[in-house]
Amino acid sequence: MGKSKDLATLATTLNNGVNLQPNLIINGDMSVDQRNSGSLVTVSNSTDTFCPDRFRFTENHSGTFTIQQVEDAPDDLEYSSKITVTGTDTSLAATEFARILQGIEGKNISHLNWGSSSAKTCTLTFYVKSSVTGKYYISINNNATNRNMLKAYTINTADTWEKKTIKIIGDTSGTWLTTNAAGIYIMWTLGTGSTYQSSTVDAYQSGFYMGASDQTNLAATNSATWQLTGVSFVVGDTAPVTHPYESYDENLARCQRYYWNYLTLNNQYQTMGNGSLYTASSAYINFDFPVQMRAEPTLGAAASYIVFISNGGSGAASSVAGDYGSVNNKRVNLVLASSLTSGHAGFGFSQSTSDRLYFDAEL
Amino acid sequence: MNIPNAQYVLGIDGQNCSIKIVTDEVDLFVPLDPDNVHFQAIQKWVAEGNTIAEAE
Repeated sequence: MGKSKDLATLATTLNNGVNLQPNLIINGDMSVDQRNSGSLVTVSNSTDTFCPDRFRFTENHSGTFTIQQVEDAPDDLEYSSKITVTGTDTSLAATEFARILQGIEGKNISHLNWGSSSAKTCTLTFYVKSSVTGKYYISINNNATNRNMLKAYTINTADTWEKKTIKIIGDTSGTWLTTNAAGIYIMWTLGTGSTYQSSTVDAYQSGFYMGASDQTNLAATNSATWQLTGVSFVVGDTAPVTHPYESYDENLARCQRYYWNYLTLNNQYQTMGNGSLYTASSAYINFDFPVQMRAEPTLGAAASYIVFISNGGSGAASSVAGDYGSVNNKRVNLVLASSLTSGHAGFGFSQSTSDRLYFDAEL
Repeated sequence: MNIPNAQYVLGIDGQNCSIKIVTDEVDLFVPLDPDNVHFQAIQKWVAEGNTIAEAE
């Protein structure tokens, strides 16, 4: 075997088996769905819906949608995010749209040098399947949404997984944040009105656009479906031969920088950790996050039956409130309906399948 | 982000430590952290003429 063939084989092997360039997309295999655990989600108009983790779907028109992490994917992958039209909007008004996106944290893109003359080219790869064939657009945006590039792709065959590879040149202008805010937004457009349409494709421009006038309107077809998985965004102009492998625990930890689900629905008798009674009717529990979060998170709490138990007795929480916190931990105040003994230690736990507790630092 | 209401919440030291938003599904406690996107949304909501209620 000649040296050139050896090198070619080596390159193919490396490309197949080793993640030479890290995937800047998190949860690209759609395997982590902390918020919904694979349940079907009915999307509310103008409300961000994350399904699965890190992928944010938003629709702003009179059509209606559901979204779900489903076990349907091409070879080497298991899950995809499936969007289904449950009510149509056949004619989108100027500012109406539907889209799913991921914001890439600025701290993860500093090596791309975007916004300078040495901006690096990247390659976006994904698998898509839809019941509606036609032209669709990817929209690349900076944090301020004043720098934009549109890239087109075509779904050729209905209800068939298709792999798309799109070269994304780096922007040599504009400001692409390298902080803990969003540095790059990568968006898959499923329909947009004229306000967000531009005829400039394959080149950066000022402003914010989601597609051209020939962008397919998925919501025009009742029961239409559109699925996405195997998303990677890597430095260079060569796509990985297969989706870059990442273990579930690595993937989960990367997701938990942006969202940590503590109490899940439909799971009774979950512990809430140890704490103490600061006053007779106020117990504080400290939550240490499994990974440092992007920013101090929002606490989301639905506490229908959370109880604090100490050696002096137990008391149901009439409410749960967020106290001070940081990117590393958060103190949670259980306001008790009845008095216990101040100073006693104890622990909290959930007695209802509808209780929820989560920490949200998404972009 | 839809913001139907907003009210400051007192921390353990009696000072404002977060902002509570009550929704149909969950109560949100938004920290006073300018990097938190919910806090950013509240600031935009205030700039539109809305008011965060004082803590009880």
